[in-house]
Amino acid sequence: MGACIEKETCMYPVSLRNVDKTYRLDTVTVPALSGVSIDIRPGRFTVLCGPSGSGKTTLLNMMGCIDRPDAGEIQVDGQAVQAMTDDALSDFRARRIGFVFQNFNLLPVLTAFENVEYPLVLAAVPAAQRKERVRALLDAVGLADRAGNRPGQLSGGQRQRVAIARALATEPALVLADEPTANLDSQTGAEIIALMRRLQRERGASFVFSSHDPMVLAQADDVVRIRDGRIDAIEHRDTCAEVAA
Amino acid sequence: MNLWMLALRNLLRNRRRSLATLLAMVVGLTAILLFGGYRSNILYGMETGFVQFSGHLQVQRRGYFVDGGDNPTAYGIAGYQRIIDAIASDPELAPLLRVVTPTLQLGGIAGHMESGHTRSVLAQGLVAPEINRLMQWNDHGMVSYAQPLALEGTAPHAAVIGTGVARKLQLCAALQVPHCTNASTNAYTSARTSAAVQAPEATAMPDDVAALSALERSPDAERAPTRIEMLVATAKGAPNVASLQAIKAVNLGIKAIDDMYLAMHLPQAQRLLYGTQPPEVTAIVVQLQHTAQLPAARARLQALLTQDFGTQDLEMLDFRTLNPMFGQTDEFMASMFGFIALLIAVIVLFTIANTMGTAVVERTVEIGTLRAMGQRCSGIRRLFLCEALLLGAAGTLLGLLATAVVAWAINHSGWTWTPPGYSYAYLVLVRVWQDLPLLAGSIVGMLAVTLASAWWPARRAARMDIVDALRHA
Repeated sequence: MGACIEKETCMYPVSLRNVDKTYRLDTVTVPALSGVSIDIRPGRFTVLCGPSGSGKTTLLNMMGCIDRPDAGEIQVDGQAVQAMTDDALSDFRARRIGFVFQNFNLLPVLTAFENVEYPLVLAAVPAAQRKERVRALLDAVGLADRAGNRPGQLSGGQRQRVAIARALATEPALVLADEPTANLDSQTGAEIIALMRRLQRERGASFVFSSHDPMVLAQADDVVRIRDGRIDAIEHRDTCAEVAA
Repeated sequence: MNLWMLALRNLLRNRRRSLATLLAMVVGLTAILLFGGYRSNILYGMETGFVQFSGHLQVQRRGYFVDGGDNPTAYGIAGYQRIIDAIASDPELAPLLRVVTPTLQLGGIAGHMESGHTRSVLAQGLVAPEINRLMQWNDHGMVSYAQPLALEGTAPHAAVIGTGVARKLQLCAALQVPHCTNASTNAYTSARTSAAVQAPEATAMPDDVAALSALERSPDAERAPTRIEMLVATAKGAPNVASLQAIKAVNLGIKAIDDMYLAMHLPQAQRLLYGTQPPEVTAIVVQLQHTAQLPAARARLQALLTQDFGTQDLEMLDFRTLNPMFGQTDEFMASMFGFIALLIAVIVLFTIANTMGTAVVERTVEIGTLRAMGQRCSGIRRLFLCEALLLGAAGTLLGLLATAVVAWAINHSGWTWTPPGYSYAYLVLVRVWQDLPLLAGSIVGMLAVTLASAWWPARRAARMDIVDALRHA
């Protein structure tokens, strides 16, 4: 495991320094991130917002260690991750990062219970402890009575609740959500955001969203505005501070 | 939730596709096993027939097998009884032995005076009780077509002839030989009144044979319509004739042999060939309890012969050498089996590869999700290999079941066929369960093909870029 980028960055769940990322589509080169530096404050509800193609998802992927930068340094939960091997990164993600996807991405052949349990299997949590934790999580998201249902037997909102429970199963330091309300109606979306906000507060985890949903933005502690692959502004709402990028 | 359960559920997710893949595997495995079982039946059958006829090993004078078939006197084994006793009493060999018996093979002309016909024959002098014991060998539990030799307990001048010889000598009616032409059957009756009446293909008896046979003829010859004369050249080159009583015509299965076969008691054959000289034999037939004992028996026998009977320049030939047809058939069947197995393996390989490839494409987002959640590349690869292995295991089990059913149906159908060169029909049987190498090879082969075909799609799935996989529409 690598050390912190700088001593003071160790306190942040995610720190990026001068991160560049370019995608190549056939012969065309598309810059997705250019010199991005940011610290995500711990225990906050952070929203990355910006127009389509601004680089929100790319930034989220960098934070989630599922994509590697062309240049720059990334530190997640106190670990410099860019030098880690693929297996080490996989193990790191399994233990320290939770994901919530726009399309829920539940495994259709598993029940709600098994979907939530799966990250715990990957993290090699003992079976008895797994069962207990999954039951508590399903209870927390209000789906204790749906534990045996497969995703196909659940509504969109219920699926996203299962996905949230799954993301929290390993008690990660960081939960990343890519437009989690995009495929939900407004009422369900509001319920999901409220649920995530509650769980974030209860568990003290750091949540980072990419979204342009006003409901999500309304709940944010920190808002990171992105445009053309660069941080435009960072707004700390709890201190009413706006940090220039 | 372990990997196997996840793999199983993924397979059940698209039942129709999984079933189609399974069907290809079941048909493939069943075809391989049935053909392999059929091949085993043929080879076991041939081995049984050859070992019943010529034993596992024969001790011969060096060069007899290659060059001495028409010159037994030049390749006779002197003092053969001493060799037989030494073999039978050897403490290492004795437990392996079933039969050790001498035979004398000689060529000659058989003539039937009544009809005035002759025929070249390849005669065997043998010890009938021991030959009958030889014929009872059936290590593989085959449907044996070997009938006991009718010579046992008969008079010293008795002989058994092949059905082809009987036909040529116009003995069809007397020996109740089926499938004779009208000319053959009628000729016998008419020949009794007129020796001039001959079938078109018959050969007139030479004068010298007739003269010698007249000397040999016993007073009751007229009352024995199946009496034949056997003319051979003695060890010194002089002609010698024995008067034999054909007591039965036998069908040995192979027409070429049936047309030449004549068996008589060993002392009779020795008298005919060696006269008053010390009798010899052309081979000592050694039959073992089991074919698997052949290498051990061969090694010990070689040592024994070299040590105690080195002066005679003896050699040992196993049944494969004595019957080249066995090896040729084995090679032919093996090449056919290999070709069919290869074809089926390729079909199964591409079927499974297609199934797994489609599954990988369909589940791209899932693969990305699993990887994002922390599943290692190797875990993804294992997941798809597990699915393939489960498919392979299910296909193998169902294939074995289907084979059992079809094999049972074939073995109880009563179907027969006549192999090339054979003179009667054999039951079509498949022997799948007795051939352990075939069974094990087919099962392992099927699983190996399954894994091989899934390897590439599994590798592709494992190496997917997570972000690209998650974006997959």
